[in-house]
Amino acid sequence: MEQMSPIVRTIIKIAFAPMFVFGAYIILHGHLTPGGGFQGGAIIASLMALYLVAFGATKWKKKLLSGIESGGLLVFIITGFLGLFSGYMFYNFLSGSDIPIFNQTIDLMPGWEHANWAPIWSGGTVSIMNIAVGLEVIAALSLIIITMGLFVFDKKEDA
Amino acid sequence: MVEWTIFLFDAAHILILVGIVASALMVVKFKDLISAAIALAACSLLVSLEFLILQAPDVAIAEAAVGALLTTAIFIFAIRGSRRREEY
Repeated sequence: MEQMSPIVRTIIKIAFAPMFVFGAYIILHGHLTPGGGFQGGAIIASLMALYLVAFGATKWKKKLLSGIESGGLLVFIITGFLGLFSGYMFYNFLSGSDIPIFNQTIDLMPGWEHANWAPIWSGGTVSIMNIAVGLEVIAALSLIIITMGLFVFDKKEDA
Repeated sequence: MVEWTIFLFDAAHILILVGIVASALMVVKFKDLISAAIALAACSLLVSLEFLILQAPDVAIAEAAVGALLTTAIFIFAIRGSRRREEY
């Protein structure tokens, strides 16, 4: 698959870092602001699609992407089942616990009046699941685009 | 003041709906298929703006990412795999 013109390639090079940061922001703030794992993952996956359109298909690791997709789904399901040890299914066992990640509770933060003003570490398992779904969506949509591109241009089912 | 902002919202609403219909007609009418794909992306971007006005920012983000970028990339792949001009 050949490259596109230098104008397209330069624009993609300039837009790569801001689009990646915006997608990561949508994923990481999924429990506070609109968005979440699917939306941020779709943004980063469309960035991968733009990169593939502009620069052409080189060596893409389809096995690695497939593994990331399965791993994201496994992390989601395991996080859901881990709540069973503390109470019920999908119990938010991280919130207010001693594990030093995503464990802040809202009442530790004085003066909050709006739900969007809560600290980013107040997500609990919701943030873990958002990150897992984000990785899964990035890998799955990139895999779809890469498979279609390789099939259209190189006439290969497996590359 | 309140009536003025409601009028602004209605004006934006009507403009966006007219834009959706116009870009959808462009998708049908264009004979250059890459132009038709770009017009479809514009239609989907206007649909996401409409979702934003109708107080659904979550759906708007998903529509903008999937509709305006991913489907455009897929259509460009399909067009570059075949002919660019439509014949009839």
